[in-house]
Amino acid sequence: MIELREVSKRLGGRQILDGMTLAVPKGMNFVLMGPSGSGKSVTLKHVIGILRPDSGSVQVDGQEVPAMGRTQLMALRRRMGYLFQNGALINWLSVEDNVALPLREHGRLGRDETRDRVHEVLRMVRMDHAAAQYPPSISGGMRLRTGLARALVTKPEYVLYDEPNAGLDPIISKQIHELIVEVRDQLGVTGLIVTHSRACAVQCGDRIGILDQGRLGIEGTVDELVHSEHPLARAFLHGGTD
Amino acid sequence: MSVLTAVGRQLGARIDAAGYVVDLLLRSGLALHRLPRRIRFTLDMAFNAGVRSLPVTLVVAAFAGAILAMQTGIELRRFGDTAILGTITALSMCREMGPFITGVILAATVGSSMAAEVGTMNVSDEVAALEVMSVDPVDYLVVPRVVALAVMCPTLTVLSNLVGIYGGSVIAEHNLGVSPDLYWISAREALTSSGTALPKEVYVGLFKAVVFGIAVSIVSCASGLRASGGALGVGLAVQAAVRNSVILIIVLGFIVTWFFYFLAG
Ligand SMILES: Nc1ncnc2c1ncn2[C@@H]1O[C@H](COP(=O)(O)OP(=O)(O)OP(=O)(O)O)[C@@H](O)[C@H]1O
Ligand SMILES: [Mg+2]
Repeated sequence: MIELREVSKRLGGRQILDGMTLAVPKGMNFVLMGPSGSGKSVTLKHVIGILRPDSGSVQVDGQEVPAMGRTQLMALRRRMGYLFQNGALINWLSVEDNVALPLREHGRLGRDETRDRVHEVLRMVRMDHAAAQYPPSISGGMRLRTGLARALVTKPEYVLYDEPNAGLDPIISKQIHELIVEVRDQLGVTGLIVTHSRACAVQCGDRIGILDQGRLGIEGTVDELVHSEHPLARAFLHGGTD
Repeated sequence: MSVLTAVGRQLGARIDAAGYVVDLLLRSGLALHRLPRRIRFTLDMAFNAGVRSLPVTLVVAAFAGAILAMQTGIELRRFGDTAILGTITALSMCREMGPFITGVILAATVGSSMAAEVGTMNVSDEVAALEVMSVDPVDYLVVPRVVALAVMCPTLTVLSNLVGIYGGSVIAEHNLGVSPDLYWISAREALTSSGTALPKEVYVGLFKAVVFGIAVSIVSCASGLRASGGALGVGLAVQAAVRNSVILIIVLGFIVTWFFYFLAG
């Protein structure tokens, strides 16, 4: 269970989060939407302890994240996968080595097991054909999928997805949505998904929340929001093809 | 009032930045035991640093040696004592000019690119991604760079010294009428006469080079790790890295010479 209560955060002289409250029950996918620059990525960074709130509480499984020491934070992060917006890959490592990085750094698997596991997740994100390529020479969508593979490779209990389908074509996009659903249903992973895409929200989400003025302006199940007449829900979830 | 707060804020920011550098130095020291895992990467870094800065370092060192010989030669000629030109050039190259030139050029070529690399990684969340994977960025990014420069800076300094002394010999022969034999013999004597394996001038110079290598890499990585705000932020980080490295090279150079020649006798 991920729980943010009344979280406020100022960054670069602006109040980005202002009383943000959000709860993601175990085994669910929560979709976070909102205008560009509204603090969606900032919210995810609070959950994994890269940013600390100015006030309010961030809890994962009842444990207060900002209060965690180094070892506790490391333990928490081992149970979490994080797909960064744009992938955040290490440029001098190949796709394969990028995905293997979290496994190798903690040496929990043998060499062969690591390779097998890496290729397994690369196949899941349809990237096994490009395993030997380097991030600067692959497309944005490929980098994103590599980042997704890296987030999933350690078999985390929680995954934070920052725009998992940005820049993907409709076919790959649909496959990624299916993967996110599969990860939830088969592995019981709890997901917090940031996206601008209605398709992603509807296909992957159990609940949707829309950020407005530093907090959730509206929140509810996918059905509720899709049929809601609230202006925010209309703006983000109605009309258009995507 | 507002001036005072502005000055106060500037001062606070500077102290904060300096504190960060010291902290990073200590953390790198503590992470040093993990170096064997990064040895390949470290060697790559060292090799790149050497290759990238070697040509410039050598050219500048040759000119620095020539300037040194000229400056002292002009005065020595008035006293008719140009025979000790080799001695003076060799000693000043090894003690001051060699490490100084190498350090400054490393700051401009390698330090700047370190700040740019680490800064770019920082603003594009790659450093955060390392943290999220419980990979310590200090151990993964900073330590290999620091060790690479701590090794490369003295290595390049030895080459700078040789080329600088050679640069001085050209001026000595063509403009000051000192025979090459005399110049080189006096230079060699100056660097071997002390009886110890390494004369003080040489080891003080090499010690300085190690200090400069560490300073440049730590300062550059620190600037990169503190970069924020996209490409513009990376640019500012590079600028700060080079500026602060050069300042540190001069101040630390002074401190080391002062320590070895005036404090420790
Ligand atoms: N480390 C930081 N320092 C200063 N300002 C920051 C920092 N991180 C984020 N911000 C600011 O916080 C605001 C929200 O950023 P965030 O990345 O969360 O937006 P977002 O909702 O994810 O937008 P997008 O949809 O474009 O990804 C932005 O205005 C950004 O400039
Ligand atoms: Mg974002």
